[in-house]
Formats: sequence, structure tokens, C-alpha cells
Amino acid sequence: MAVQVDGEVVAMRRVGAYHHMSFTAPGIPEQTRPGHFVALSVGGPTSSTLLRRAFSVHRVNERGLYGGTVDIIFAAHGVGTTWMASLERGAALNIVGPLGKPFALPREPVGCVLVGGGYGAAPLAMLAEQLRARGCRVDIILGAATVDRLFGVLDARRSASSVTVTTDDGSSGIAGRVTDVLPNLLERTGADVVYACGPMGMLSAISAVCEPLGVHTQCAVEESMACGVGVCMTCVLPVIGDDGVTRMLRSCVDGPVFRGERVRWSDVGTMPPDVLGAPQAVTP
Amino acid sequence: MSADMNAAVDPVEVNLATRLGSLALHGPVLTASGCAASGKELSQFFDLRLLGAVVTKSIMVQPRSGRPTPRMAETPSGMLNSIGLQGPGIEAFIAKDLAWLVEHGVRSIVSIAGTNTSDYARLARRLSSEPGVAALEVNISCPNVESRGEVFACDPRAAAAVVAAVRAETARDIPVIVKLSPDVTDIVEIAGRVIEAGADGLALINTLLGMVIDTTTLRPALAGITGGLSGPAIRPVAVRAVYQVHAAFPDTPILGMGGIRTGEDALQFIAAGASAVSVGTAIFNDASAPARVHRELREALAARGYRSLAEVVGIAHVTSVGRDDALAAPVPPAQEVVVTAAPAAVDDSDIGALIDEVRAAPEVPANDSETTREVHL
Repeated sequence: MAVQVDGEVVAMRRVGAYHHMSFTAPGIPEQTRPGHFVALSVGGPTSSTLLRRAFSVHRVNERGLYGGTVDIIFAAHGVGTTWMASLERGAALNIVGPLGKPFALPREPVGCVLVGGGYGAAPLAMLAEQLRARGCRVDIILGAATVDRLFGVLDARRSASSVTVTTDDGSSGIAGRVTDVLPNLLERTGADVVYACGPMGMLSAISAVCEPLGVHTQCAVEESMACGVGVCMTCVLPVIGDDGVTRMLRSCVDGPVFRGERVRWSDVGTMPPDVLGAPQAVTP
Repeated sequence: MSADMNAAVDPVEVNLATRLGSLALHGPVLTASGCAASGKELSQFFDLRLLGAVVTKSIMVQPRSGRPTPRMAETPSGMLNSIGLQGPGIEAFIAKDLAWLVEHGVRSIVSIAGTNTSDYARLARRLSSEPGVAALEVNISCPNVESRGEVFACDPRAAAAVVAAVRAETARDIPVIVKLSPDVTDIVEIAGRVIEAGADGLALINTLLGMVIDTTTLRPALAGITGGLSGPAIRPVAVRAVYQVHAAFPDTPILGMGGIRTGEDALQFIAAGASAVSVGTAIFNDASAPARVHRELREALAARGYRSLAEVVGIAHVTSVGRDDALAAPVPPAQEVVVTAAPAAVDDSDIGALIDEVRAAPEVPANDSETTREVHL
């Protein structure tokens, strides 16, 4: 069950183009599983910036020096994250979490490929450790536009059988996209499951690679949210249900992790007429 | 007399019971429609039974997908939304959402929306036969519809027709509260027409139509192009609307809303003439905001020496010249108000104590003399 708690920043550091923040959040670390996210208010209690910012949890430490802590990775690209980047140790935060449906873990020790785009790679280290603990082989692909936007390469090398890096500009690893190397890796490892988190375009491309191969996909989406707890209805996307009907589901409570083949990636940002309750074209 | 009135009282002594027409509420703080879904999601953060009622997200006859994303744009002290009334349709709502609220003892005001008068009538008829509907809030003012022509609240005749149809189809003991749009030339005129048509109360205000341009793409930020502006940015507009309508129709109860974030914000609406308030967008910032506003409003009244909410409803209309001393408790400057936390024994989360308090409370003056609905918890 999610809780809303006051916490305090215990560490801030730069990681390439990103910020790594650790904070106390009583009651949250012990409930958090890979793929969960937290929602932070920004700007302090009288802030004119009202909407919460959602971040997938990078790591948790249930019994640290300061009690339980949560780590997140973010890029300072808007007013909220710029404010967060300015915080120093000891600064007060208000946190809601853990939120969302986490990654489903396999019961059998199957081969798993983990794919992260940019700071979307944040939850992969925790996920890799839990998969390895279940006896799964773990291979990781990390992609970004440029080398400074890669995240988690060192962590990945510690927890994965192989790590493949791609950058759009070739500034690190292989020049290209994660999906340029994914088919080969799936063939080589015989993996049954792909876990992915990153931008919608990347998730869409990964699903397109995996579906014809019968590889199960667990995709954590990045949708903008206002509340993070399921009441605002802003973070919806078209998802096909068990009954074959497409509904607009909330990323925050029905996700953020979805089976890749269930998300109608090319229809995100539109309202296809076959979605339940969609407006119908008027026939003359 | 006034010296006694001015002295701060113990917050626990403040009677927060109020009424919306024939509906008695044990507390004046409600959720705003569209900002609390159907309550369940918020129940992990606070006890919903603390609220006067949960006002559910507007429900339509059929399932509705709403608008494409992006549906949200943050604005200074607020946000634009263009959800477009996404919802499961009335039957699924009754079977799942309303059933959950009834099962958990949460008082529910059901918001209804339609694309024509007969939709509203059908929803009113259907809900009248369901247990657990404390009142209907008739949303004739959602700006996120395909054309402005569908915003009934912008047209006095269309607004009156919808309200007359809903009142005719609604069980007599269920108050019909009509939610109006501030995007009109004269909200008092619209209010008058819907009161004539049978509205038992008014909900003021819905969002204001707004727009944001994304300066990277130089295109509208919302897929729906325009959206409804909510949050503290619209609070002065909302307080003005409540004040104007209460001045014109002092006997019609008002559910005030628009940017309420704190107990003092709520107090502005009460003083302007609202009998109860809804907390909306603030929930996105603070999921337990309705419970906090309830507590803060109690403390704000106590600090000013008021023993009941009813004393303050509409008090801003009492002019300083020749005013009744009993109604004119001066408000101490904010920085001098020392609000001590209520002792644990009278914590607001103690619903049992709250109910006892409501039952022991003296009768609140009713806005009309119709049958009183009891508090069921």
C-alpha cells in the first residue's frame, strides 16, 4: 500500500547528464519492488508548481545509516526537476510511494534481457539482482543518444552476464539503437523475457522485435502524470485487455509496467475509434 | 457578547455540521468531481468517512474513452486538463464504484454528465433507484466536450431544461445540485434560471476554459487544444462567483470550489456564502488534502472564536456599517493566530467521536424546510 511521507535528502550527486538523489522515506523502501515508482512534490509546501513528479525507483536501502532510503535518477529539464537538482543534503521532501505495478518476475530460471534507454535504465540494477537471485541469466543492453546520457553501465557490468552499449552518435559502444543489437542477443542467449524501460519509441521498437519471436516483454512506460495515484486520468494509453477490447488505462495504477504486445504503441496520443467508448465518426 | 465570540475556542468544540438543502452533512469538506475518481484510490491515504461526501467523477450513460493524450499541462498555481469525461458508463459505475463506496460507508454525491437532456434524465432516473446516492451533482459545465454548444451552463434555456428534466426524474429526497461554469457573462442569471427550474443547490465553479502553447513545438500543449483551468489560480474567480450568487439567492445552498488548498482557502468560500466546499486539484499535490483542509478549517474557525460553521456561512456579506455584533467577530492577523494541534483523543480520524459530536450538535438552520435526511455512516 502506498504511503505519503515526509523525507529528507541524504545525498545528491551528478552522474553524467543526470542527478542521483537519495532520500529517506519511512515505510517505502521495504515495500518497493523493481518497477515501482515514487511521486515527489516539488517547490516546497507553498509551491505554485502543484503536480507531482514521478520517478522510477533506482535502488532502496532498507537499513542505511539514515534508516530506509530510496534512490532515484533524474534529468533537470523542467522547473520541478531543476528545483530538485538544487536541493542539498537535509532538504525536506514529500514522497508518495511505492506506486504502480512492478515488473512481473519469472517463476522459472529463464534467460532475461534487460534494456534501458537513458535514465530509464534506473530500475534495472535492482531488477537484475532479483532475477539473478532466482537463477535467471541476465544480459543487459543500455542505449542513449550520447555517452553522457548513458546510465548504469558499471552497475550492469557487476550484475549481468553481458552488457551491450549503444549510442546514437557512436560516442560509446555500438553506434545505433538498442533494437539494432537486440535480435542478435536474443538469438545468442535464447532469452524468454525482455524487460525494458525508456522512451515510448524505444519500447514500441522492442515490442515489435519481440512479438514475432514469441519473447515475453515487460515494458515500463514513461507517461506524464499529474497525481501518480490514479485519480487524475491524465496518464492513459490504449491497452488491449484479456477480452480483446482496447481501453484507455492509467499508467500509474494499471502500469507503469505493461506487456509490450498489449500496448497499442502506434496509437499512443490518438483515440482510435475501436477503443471502448471512443467517439464514432458520424456517417452521412 | 463579542468578547466571548472573539476568544479562541477549542477546535473540538467547533460544530462543522452543515446542509446542502435537505441533505445533512457531518462535515463541510467534500472532494471535487474529477479529482478523486470514485474515492477508492484516495482511501489508502485517509479515511474517506471523515468527508462530508465524496463527489464522484462525472458519469455518463455509456462508457467514454475521453480525449487523446497529452491531457494535462501544468500552469502557474494550477493546471489545464482535457480528460474529456473518460468513464465506464453508468451501469459499470453502479456495479463497481458506487458499490464500493456504499460497502465502505462513504457518503456519495454522484456527478452526472450527458450530451443531451434525455441523457441527464436517464441518469437521474437510474440513480434514484440506487441506495447510497446522497445527492446528484449535475455537471452541465464541463469545457472538455466537442463543442461549446454542449456546455449547457453557457445557455440559460438549455441549462434550465436539463435541470427541470433531472429534478423531475430524481427521487424527491435526493437534492439536485447544479454545477455551473464561470465562463459566462452573468453567472447570477444562469443561477437564477436553474434555481427556477428546480435546482436544490449550486456547485460553483467548474474549470475555466484555457490553453497553453508548447514553446518547443509552437503547437497547443494539449491534444484537445483547449482544457479546463483549475487550481489556486482560479480561486479568486470562484470566491467572486460564490459571493455574487449568494448575494442574489441567499436561500440556495452553495457547494463552493475552485483552488482550495488550505483551511483558510475553504474559509473564504464559507464566508462568501458556501455551505460546503470541494477540494479538487490540491489532491494531485497532496493526496490527503481533503482531510487536512477539514482539520485546518476546524482550527481556523476555532482560532476566530466560532463554535459552528453555520455562523460563518455568508458572513462576508454583512457590511461593517450597522452590522450585527454577533456576526462580526474580527479576525486576528494571521501571524498572531496560534493554532495548537488538537489533542490525540479528539483526533479527526476518530470517526466514532465525530459521529457522536454530530448527533449531539444543535440543529443547524436548514435552507429549506423539507424533510431532513439523516447522517448514515
